[in-house]
Formats: sequence, C-alpha cells, structure tokens
Amino acid sequence: MTVGGDTLIPGSFDYMVAHSVDEAVALLDQHGDEAKILAGGQSLIPLLRFRLARPSILIDINRVDGLEYIQETDGVLHIGAMTREADLDSSSLIRDRYPILLDTSSVVADPVVRNWATVGGNIAHADPANDHPATMLALGARVVARGAEGERVIPIDEFFTDMTFETVLKPNEVLTEIRIPAPPERSGGAYFKLERKVGDYAIAGVAAYITLDSNGNVSYAGIGLTNVGSTPIKARDAEQSLLGKPLDEASIHQAADLAAAASQPVSDTRGPAEYKRDMVRTLTVRALRKALARATGGE
Amino acid sequence: MSTHHIRTTINGTAYEGDVEARTLLVHWIRDVLRLTGTHIGCDTSSCGACTILVDGKATKSCAMFAVQADGREIMTVEGLEQNGNLHPLQEGFHQEHALQCGYCTPGMMMSGLALLQRNPNPTEQEIRAGISGNLCRCTGYVNIVKAIRYAADKMQASEQVPVSAGEGGE
Repeated sequence: MTVGGDTLIPGSFDYMVAHSVDEAVALLDQHGDEAKILAGGQSLIPLLRFRLARPSILIDINRVDGLEYIQETDGVLHIGAMTREADLDSSSLIRDRYPILLDTSSVVADPVVRNWATVGGNIAHADPANDHPATMLALGARVVARGAEGERVIPIDEFFTDMTFETVLKPNEVLTEIRIPAPPERSGGAYFKLERKVGDYAIAGVAAYITLDSNGNVSYAGIGLTNVGSTPIKARDAEQSLLGKPLDEASIHQAADLAAAASQPVSDTRGPAEYKRDMVRTLTVRALRKALARATGGE
Repeated sequence: MSTHHIRTTINGTAYEGDVEARTLLVHWIRDVLRLTGTHIGCDTSSCGACTILVDGKATKSCAMFAVQADGREIMTVEGLEQNGNLHPLQEGFHQEHALQCGYCTPGMMMSGLALLQRNPNPTEQEIRAGISGNLCRCTGYVNIVKAIRYAADKMQASEQVPVSAGEGGE
C-alpha cells in the first residue's frame, strides 16, 4: 500500500524550515511566487490536498521564535502573527480588555483546529469567510509586514484588495504582527457569527466596535462583515451614520440597514442571498447592542 | 520534491524514518508505522477522527505534514492503555455505551484526554465544547459526554494523573 493510499494527497513540493523571520524573508526573496508560507496550515493544507493551491515550495515558520505573543504596550495591543487562536481563547488580557477578539477566536473553526490555526494566517489568507478580517476592520487594526526592503505598517482597510484571497503583501513579505489600538474609555465591541454548526464558515458574520465621547455621542464606529461578499467588507456608510450622536435603537437600526446594503452575498448551500442580507441586518443590530452594553460597563 | 529524515516519539517509543515533504502525519502514522488506531474520516480537517496529541495539543493529523512532527512528542489512541489496563476514558466509553460504529471513537477519546488534562472536572457544557471538533454520526453525543464525565470522575477519585504526552496542557 502506498503512503496515503487513495486519499487526498497534495502535489509535490519542497519543504523548508525558517528559524527566523529574516530567514523566511530571504527564502521568499529567493523563490518568489513559487513559495508559500506555512503557518498553522489549517486552511492551507486542505487547499493543498484539493490541489486548489500548488506552490512548489513551502516555507514553514512554525519554528520561528518570537512570533507568538499577546501584549499591550503604549496604548497598542500587539499580537504576534503566529499566535494560535487557542491562545486568544485562553488569554485573560483578551477576555478582560478585548472581548470582541474572544468572540471572534472562539468561533474560528473548532477547538482542535484552533490549537494550530494562527491569527496572522487567518488574516493573510484573506478568505472573505474567515472571521478575523471583519473584526480587524471594525477595530481599525494595522498589520506589520517584513520584507527584503524592511518593515512596513499597513492599515487593515488597505490590506485586502478587491480580488478574493488577495492582499497587498508582496511575494517576499511576511506578516509578522497585528496592532490594535487599546480601547479608549467608553469603548466596546462584539462579533456575531451565524453558523450552521461548529467548524463551518459563517452564513454571515458582523463585527461592530464603538467609542462614545463624554457626552455619550459616538466618536468612533467600525463595522466589518464576514462571508457576504468576495472580500471582507468594511461597512463605511453604516459606520458614518453612527457618528456624532447617541447610539440608540433608531441609529442602530439605521446602521443595520446600511450594513445590509453594503453586503454582497451570493446564494449557495448556506442560504439565499436575500436571507444572508437580512441576517447581516439582524447581526448588526445584535453586535451594536452588545458593543453599547460593553462600552457602558454592562455585558 | 524534498525528502526529510524525521524523528518522533509516539506513545513513548522512538520512531524515525524518511518522509516525502507532502506526506501527511496521519498517513505516516497509519501506513508506514502501522498504528492504525488513528482513523481518517473526511480528509479535510472537519471530522476529527484523526485527532492525536502533538506536544500535548489535540491535533488533526490530516492537517499536518509528517515532516512538521520532527522532534515532537506524539500520543495516539494506542497510548491510552497501560500494561493491559484500559485508560479511564476507554473504560468510560465501554461502560456508558459511547460508541456504535466506533469510527469517531479514537478521535473522541484523544479530544477528551486533551480536555481532561486541561480541565480535570469539566461541566457538561465544557465537555460538549471540548469535543465540538469531533463528529459522531451514530450516538447523538449523549453517551460520549457521559463517558468523558465517567473518566473525569474515575481519574479524580483515584487521583490518577492522566497519561501525558510531552508537556501536556496547552
């Protein structure tokens, strides 16, 4: 019997281990488009098995030291790109200060997959069905990319292109860190994902994050949508509609209508487009209500 | 196509061999080492039948390459029984009738073990969350939850330390 028998086996490739980010960058620089980074592998390996991806070289960064961390310094939360979803799930800092991130990590795939799946991979893979992109869009995150020419910081709303599964990362760049502004006073956010079962992609998902000023008016609003378009969607009109006034039921419903209008779902096995658009509306209402509760000290 | 020489410890025994880069860990374990207790269900990291512990972490062995396991400690379902004695989890699955066709059972027990190593006294809700990456099409899960609870009670009563692969826990 051959190894793997008649099951799905990836095409051939060369495997290389990078022990540092510099080594990974050098290997990418040398091999260009032929090479792909292997992070947690929980999306990439199934893709390779279906031969939907056929890189000739995989550069494994699981043995790079110093890319797994969650720390808040100088008003910024720094998450190392190789931080596992399970580490977000169990972090008291995340639970206490960034519950929207716990909402998100705890619904990524399933708990076994989360032991290896990484936050950086979830974002760099740029799958519109992945959960972190919407949350990062709501939070106004930035990502750090390291390449042969050095390091650059990219706002998340400039990171995803109009093409599905595409980012502005160059072939010789590695995503190394995610930076999220620490929550100002009177801030809160939430992520709601509607899924058929644990482990499935979202039928629809909505992340909402708000900050209130001392008068109780909304001074920041971020809304991101999961799996209702060909890319992660930032619902800009919905965000704008919330600014400069209190967050009440009327403004929540107006924003929810605008978020639904910003979605571009297609009909598939997870439901008809009309249903998904309506779920965006419903989930936006729920996410904004919970964001408000968290911003005002409730839960 | 690169080939690599890897060394791992599986259930306390050292194994080494040459693997193609594309060889999945589950295929190496089953087809080369002939440890066939670990099952292959869906091939797409959805069902959890192939769950093993890698450095103490529950892992879907169909979503990891064998070469990635180089130098790591692995535990498979064959490592549960010790000196002819069933592990409390195995005894629990027997006592509570937690399997029908048995296909998901090795993965269920390894996810159960990872859960009990992290949380020796889980609630029903925590058990259900702990096995939510493992699919069973026969039982409706009720008896699987009871079996893991049985193991938790037995392990706590005897203050038996769960069998540990690697450093355990997270």
